[in-house]
Amino acid sequence: MNHSEKYEAAFVSALGISKDDLPGLQYQGVAAWDSIGHMQLIFALEEAFGIMLDTSDIIDLSSFEKGKELLRKYDVEL
Amino acid sequence: MDLLKGKIALVTGASRGIGNAIAELFAQNGASVYANARKIGSLDSLLAKCENSSGRIMPLYFDVTDAAAAKQAVMRIKKESGRLDCLVNNAGIMPDALIGMIDQKVAREVFEVNVFAVMELIQLAARVMVRQKSGSIINLASIVGVNGNKGQLVYSASKGAVIAMTKTAAKELAPAGIRVNAIAPGMIDTDLFRSVGAEKVSGLLRNIGLGRLGKPSEIANAALFLASDMASYVTGQILGADGAALV
Repeated sequence: MNHSEKYEAAFVSALGISKDDLPGLQYQGVAAWDSIGHMQLIFALEEAFGIMLDTSDIIDLSSFEKGKELLRKYDVEL
Repeated sequence: MDLLKGKIALVTGASRGIGNAIAELFAQNGASVYANARKIGSLDSLLAKCENSSGRIMPLYFDVTDAAAAKQAVMRIKKESGRLDCLVNNAGIMPDALIGMIDQKVAREVFEVNVFAVMELIQLAARVMVRQKSGSIINLASIVGVNGNKGQLVYSASKGAVIAMTKTAAKELAPAGIRVNAIAPGMIDTDLFRSVGAEKVSGLLRNIGLGRLGKPSEIANAALFLASDMASYVTGQILGADGAALV
């Protein structure tokens, strides 16, 4: 899997949603992306890319698109 | 007894006193214990004591107020063990001062160690526990966090904050299967407590219903219960372990 596929897979597995739901997806935009879902998502992203996100970035991760931007700080290009 | 067989635990402030007793008892009960302390080598005696335990001790030296180091520590646990079943937030400091003598710098240090480091570790541990949909977080509060005590405005406020964090985290993390509880010890026979002086200690004994100081092992027993599946329906509780002390 390339980075983009890993990124999508993390959202799909952590939030239990379909790939079709990803474009434009926002925090709390679906029931599964609540505060607990957010922690699951963070864990999934950290596992997928072998990183540990800073708290400020966890708070900033407010959408599917924003996450891509944040991961660049960890040398993950999508 | 192997109440924690196969479980992975992180115990902060494990080089002495209550944290040391908790780490030892957890290892005796089959847990793999990441024992934290600041000073390198200060966990050597704990390692030696637990050599023949059914569990094991793995030293993790870092300062709990160093957020980056705490993150690295949890990351290491995640990488090595793949999970974290129990976090014991024990590390704490207790500089006493009457109201007129409170140094703001010291007050901030107390909150850094006793409150903000606890908050940080709850966040980090929860990220791992949420994934596994289980976990037990145990925070060491204090009887003075419940009742207050003369000369301990800062310390009691910090422990009061620990109690409030415990109750809130329990509510927030319950849907993820994570239990959060606190222990509120009374007067326990540790180096920290003895530092107030022998005369003061003997005076304080009169205020304890059971007529003696508690032992660190007695607080460890409470932690063992909360960490184990015996407490599977217990969350958001502040367990007093104070021998009916009057504070």
